[in-house]
Amino acid sequence: MSAYQCPDCGYIYDERHGCEHEGYPAGTRWQAIPEDFPCPQCFVREKPDFIALTDHKHDGENV
Amino acid sequence: MTTITNHSWVAMLERQWLSHKRYWYLISLILPSLPLVSAYLAVHFHQGAWFWSVVPVGYVLIPALDFVFGKDHANPSDEQVELLKNDRYFARVLYCATAMHWAAMIGVAYVVSHWEWSWAAILGAGLSAGLINGVGLAIGHELGHKVTDDQQTLAGKLVIACCGYGHFIVEHNKGHHKDVATPEDPASARFGESIYRFACRELPGTMVRALKLEASRLERQNKRWWSPQNEILQQWTFTLVAYGLMLYFWGMVLLPYLFLAAIFGWWQLTSANYVEHYGLLRQKEANGRYQRCEPKHSWNSNFKLSNLFLVHLQRHSDHHAHPTRPYQVLRDFDDVPQLPQGYFAMFFLALFPPLWFAVMNHRVVAWAGGDMNLVNLDPAKREALFQRYHQPTSGSQE
Repeated sequence: MSAYQCPDCGYIYDERHGCEHEGYPAGTRWQAIPEDFPCPQCFVREKPDFIALTDHKHDGENV
Repeated sequence: MTTITNHSWVAMLERQWLSHKRYWYLISLILPSLPLVSAYLAVHFHQGAWFWSVVPVGYVLIPALDFVFGKDHANPSDEQVELLKNDRYFARVLYCATAMHWAAMIGVAYVVSHWEWSWAAILGAGLSAGLINGVGLAIGHELGHKVTDDQQTLAGKLVIACCGYGHFIVEHNKGHHKDVATPEDPASARFGESIYRFACRELPGTMVRALKLEASRLERQNKRWWSPQNEILQQWTFTLVAYGLMLYFWGMVLLPYLFLAAIFGWWQLTSANYVEHYGLLRQKEANGRYQRCEPKHSWNSNFKLSNLFLVHLQRHSDHHAHPTRPYQVLRDFDDVPQLPQGYFAMFFLALFPPLWFAVMNHRVVAWAGGDMNLVNLDPAKREALFQRYHQPTSGSQE
């Protein structure tokens, strides 16, 4: 399972948790997320902008 | 020597201002108390004209006071930002404001329904409450961006429900912020478009976009439109119940008051959308995506008083660059588009389109370096605007 971070606000999409509020249940793989998926926190960055995180970066905090 | 002394003096004053500023935000509570004061005075003097008093406060007195108190160029340092951004005090100020906004709506409704008033007095009461509902939308805007904080989101929904603009948070966060300063955005005004034509595009356009966005979210969740999880319906229901209770207990005489207070609140938001991005345009990149919203794509205003009342909404470039940044740490920048006056004055100016065009059009042209291809133009006036303003210079934006 991987995680991806919004480069603006620091939101992390973690495949283990998904994003239930936006309709992507826990376990939804990043590949299954549409290209125009906006960051569900700041909404000004989209999927192609997200940065893949390696495990040790997971505890990154919001900016 | 004198310059150095002056600089350190200014720096000291700025430090002092920044440390006191946290308490100055409490003046957010003053505006929602004004409709209550006006209603009290109307009863006290048996004179319905007092209901009107908030309207000139918004359109005339605050612009005049902006002029008196001047601008606020102070930005918190990086260390201060770290302390300020997680300080719950600033959210609590807005919770109190939320309560005050409902107190104003209900308090004035009580006075309107319990005494005999002329239709002109009720008109004044509705417009006064509506103008303040517009300020409530600015508070709700700030709270509504904190989507991962349940308390702030709830308070935002409550204060926005004062005027029944329940689709605002969905529309603004997911729609306006994505499409801002493009022809696709119904909430970004085009060069040459009067506020009245803009309103006819903005009011239905933002409503439709919000409904579509929420419908697609619910669809992904395998839920129906008529679901308790529909966040737009939740907020509209809250408003309907609150208004319904007032009408039921205090009488149908309240209907015009509630209608005006809601509609004029919406009008304030339309005014804000109109002035915030007038004419500014993001360019399309080779990959078909619009360039990111940059600080140059928003109009700013940095007057001290109106920024306190509107919790830094006027530091709009920083807001669009970082929509989740809390109001207390939004920054003023020197090199961003600046409106000549604060929002309150600009809202008034926008009511008179020839004056608005006279004040703003040359600013947009200067912003674009005279190149009308770089401006978000009203397509109906495209040719006329090109003929009149298109004179590209080397100092062009792109």
